[in-house]
Amino acid sequence: MGTLEAILLTIATAATPLLIAAIGELVVERSGVLNLGVEGLMVMGAVAGFGMAHLSGSAWVGIICAIIAGALFSLLFAFLVLTLVTNQVATGLALTLLGLGVSGMIGEAFIGLPGIRLEAISIPVLSEIPLIGKLLFGQDPIFYISIVLTIVVMWFLFRTRAGLTLRAVGDSHGSAHALGISVMTVRYLAIMFGGACAGLAGAFLSLVYTPQWVENMTAGRGWIALALVVFASWRPLRVLAGAYLFGAITIVQLHIQAISLAELEFLPGVIFWLASLVKSIPSQFLSALPYLATVIVLVLISRNRRLTMMNTPASLGKPFVPSR
Amino acid sequence: MKKTLVTLMASAAIATMAMGAAKADTKACFIYVGPIGDFGWSYQHDQGRLAVEKELGVETAYLESVPEGADSERALERFARSGCNIIFTTSFGYMDATNKVAGKFKDVKFEHATGYKREHSNVSTYSSKFYEGRYVQGQIAAKLSTTGVAGYIASFPIPEVVRGINAFILGAQSINPDFKLKVVWVNTWFDPGKEADAAKALIDQGVDIVTQHTDSTAPMQVAAERGIKAFGQASDMIQFGKETQLTSIIDDWAPYYVERVKAVMDGTWEQQDVWHGMDHGSVAMAPYTNMPDDVKALAEATQAKITAKEFEPFTGPITKQDGSVWLKEGEQADLGTLLGMNFYVMGVDDTLPQ
Amino acid sequence: MRIELTKRPQHSVLFSALSPFIALALTMIAGGLLFATLGKNPFDALYYYFIDPLRETWSLHELAIKAAPLILIAVGLAVCFSSNNWNIGAEGQFVAGAVVGSIPPVLFPDVQMFLVLPLMMILGIAGGAAYGAIPAFLKVRFNTNEILTSLMLVYVAQLFNDWLVRGPWRNPEGFSFPGTVRFHEYAILPQVWPDSGRAHWGFIFALVAAVAAWFMMSKTLKGFEVKVLGQSPRAGRFAGFSSSRMVFFAFLVSGGLAGLAGISEVAGPIEHLNEKISIGYGFTAIIVAFLGRLNPLGIVAAGLVLALTYLGGEAAQISLGVSDKAARVFQGMLLFFVLATDTLIHYRIKLAMRSHASGGA
Repeated sequence: MGTLEAILLTIATAATPLLIAAIGELVVERSGVLNLGVEGLMVMGAVAGFGMAHLSGSAWVGIICAIIAGALFSLLFAFLVLTLVTNQVATGLALTLLGLGVSGMIGEAFIGLPGIRLEAISIPVLSEIPLIGKLLFGQDPIFYISIVLTIVVMWFLFRTRAGLTLRAVGDSHGSAHALGISVMTVRYLAIMFGGACAGLAGAFLSLVYTPQWVENMTAGRGWIALALVVFASWRPLRVLAGAYLFGAITIVQLHIQAISLAELEFLPGVIFWLASLVKSIPSQFLSALPYLATVIVLVLISRNRRLTMMNTPASLGKPFVPSR
Repeated sequence: MKKTLVTLMASAAIATMAMGAAKADTKACFIYVGPIGDFGWSYQHDQGRLAVEKELGVETAYLESVPEGADSERALERFARSGCNIIFTTSFGYMDATNKVAGKFKDVKFEHATGYKREHSNVSTYSSKFYEGRYVQGQIAAKLSTTGVAGYIASFPIPEVVRGINAFILGAQSINPDFKLKVVWVNTWFDPGKEADAAKALIDQGVDIVTQHTDSTAPMQVAAERGIKAFGQASDMIQFGKETQLTSIIDDWAPYYVERVKAVMDGTWEQQDVWHGMDHGSVAMAPYTNMPDDVKALAEATQAKITAKEFEPFTGPITKQDGSVWLKEGEQADLGTLLGMNFYVMGVDDTLPQ
Repeated sequence: MRIELTKRPQHSVLFSALSPFIALALTMIAGGLLFATLGKNPFDALYYYFIDPLRETWSLHELAIKAAPLILIAVGLAVCFSSNNWNIGAEGQFVAGAVVGSIPPVLFPDVQMFLVLPLMMILGIAGGAAYGAIPAFLKVRFNTNEILTSLMLVYVAQLFNDWLVRGPWRNPEGFSFPGTVRFHEYAILPQVWPDSGRAHWGFIFALVAAVAAWFMMSKTLKGFEVKVLGQSPRAGRFAGFSSSRMVFFAFLVSGGLAGLAGISEVAGPIEHLNEKISIGYGFTAIIVAFLGRLNPLGIVAAGLVLALTYLGGEAAQISLGVSDKAARVFQGMLLFFVLATDTLIHYRIKLAMRSHASGGA
């Protein structure tokens, strides 16, 4: 396995949980609801996935339970913001607070236990292809699910009637309601889909990424997923690109630290000089890079008002009460 | 209803009994910076607390995940007022709060881990020479590595971590003078995902032994997956890498905690500043596993020499990374330099963040 | 069966007054159940959570210390949220205020006179406001979503502070541990009643800010402008208000107060700048702002209640061995119940059967 291939694989692993959680949140936001509770949903998925895998002995049982746990936990959020019309920002934050607490309590029993790893798929022959073999044909199943999920969501949103309905609800819940669409039903389903995705993303962390349970193991990835959705201006393919870009920045940053200048001496002068420059930057600045990059991209994409308006769900975050 | 009333009365009775008893008996209290479920730093301190409970039968109490700002002073004051006779403050960031509260409660003994301020006579400081274990690990790494390069996942550039890195490379160089060490700073004590990523990055760049100064078991798991060897940290991580873990430095606070609580009970507690190592049992090594017998014998021999105080890892000749001489032949490092260590020795393939 | 809401023609005065108490009662019941499931006596647990920390003077001081930053930040956020601007990066502005406010004692330690402290406070406000102005500028100039930019800038501020206190600002006598020098006596926020406890002037700042914000919001034209633009930007424009200027106003006020909270925390109980100052006050304050229903005076009460759950959580942990996770669950539940019961103020709730038969279980 070559170094480049290994780096690509690592990036794919780092990107997968972000991608899954962000795709789920994208659907939620497309329906006009802002759920800031992704972090809480993810961590609930992580503990449910680990716990059920541990109890049943099967990683797949864990994965399925995590998806269900995420969907159920998001129902709490849906009930508050949809049925009781509470403020979405505050409710989402409360969901995160609750999720971190509840998962910590549930997880006390699982601390220090070795996890069960979801086995990677390895297609013979094809996975032996240099450079891309393992990347395309030898990864864990969730990686493939994440890619399929992205494509399905893209197809659903822009090629199906149901997707059109969902976008209509997000763009103008008033008009959608007038047309006889049940705004409530659509949004309930969207929020539960988002919850299920966050749950799956969490289970990826506790069953594939680092098969173990520790408190707060999501370590802020739910927030990054939220940022990715806006970063991608609510388009699935751009979420995919964004997740991989974010993963790449994180991983390459670590590689830059690990490599020594002596190993880079073969590089042409300018590149060598650049590499030594990057190596001399304090690691805090490198760690801040992805966040700054997100801000810059946000500025770039929102500069064009017409384009942004076209993609942004106009009803995002606004409360809806059906009138009779 | 009746049942709850009974429970209420019973618990009130227990509470009164406890209050009465607290005056006569000793109560030992512990404050942790992380959750006791981190399976690392705070977990090990809590194991020490449990040992105190078990061996001395005294009442204990703890507070976990206490931030090191304004909150720690309040938590300590609450402890002091709730009848604690001795309070262990187990993170560097509690230093100022410990000394402030100690000034207010002269009858309560305070034990601050890893700090250097003792502004009142009822404050002691204690720490462990974990670097002794790192030296042994370095020797094992140099014996087993075929690439001659080890990877080090580091948290923050504080002296404790820098000492560990230096001790590791010195141990390795005692076997293979050309041994190299790659260091990655992850700027966190605890983020399993990021620690795993760092381990992968190091392995992808050709290291075949991984060691860590962060708290999660993720690097051990990555090493197991990639089929290379690794060292554990803080606790025995063998069940996360049965065929991977070579050994692990175990923070064993139990002997010290039992000794100090006992001193309070006997009325012999006095202020002190200790830096115990293998000699005192504070630094324990998990069983040497997954290595040939000769390497194991070497590691055990070095450990025995350090334990018997026949050998000190920071003994000259040692050259700093910049080529200047730090310690001359046979010279030993002074305490101040060790405590505030902020430079690398020769052979570390990294620039120390300043 | 389903729940239907109908908007009340006017908000219910009855439920405005009652809803916090209903929420508190529901939290107590749910919390009691939680503790009972954990095998703890629920009455004991609730006693330690809500009564024990209020029994002693020193503990009341601690309550004030814990509540001060929460109230200060939440008051600013209330103004900001009321104008329909969503600054969720107060944590970053808190750090920015702490860093900028620390400049005098760290870079000019020899300048020791009574003017240092006021200057630090002003710099803290300026630092927080300036940092808050970034998302405001991006929103006005480029139409960038302020929720995301303000959130991203939190991490940037934290990492910058981390670099400062480990690098250029590190105390040279601190054995290479991160953190600046201990501030000199002229740079430390005095305690209010030093004999009875350590509550410092930060709490007074919080009260003053709350009253000032309450006055502005309910008695001045500016407050009216905030509310009109918050509820209907279109109506605001007809009234001749500028929504761009309101974005800046909202972020400068909330950023400035968050900055003041930051420097007050550093110059108050901590006494030096370190990498651990950011422990989530900026995020918790969002919860406080909503608990207080975006009313500055309500926020004072909400801040004290939330601070109480922290203190009570510790008391319960020491006395009953309830883990600190329970405290977090408890806070989450409290917020959920408050949000849910607030619905009663603006809406009538009725349970309806699908067949429109009169409902009820």
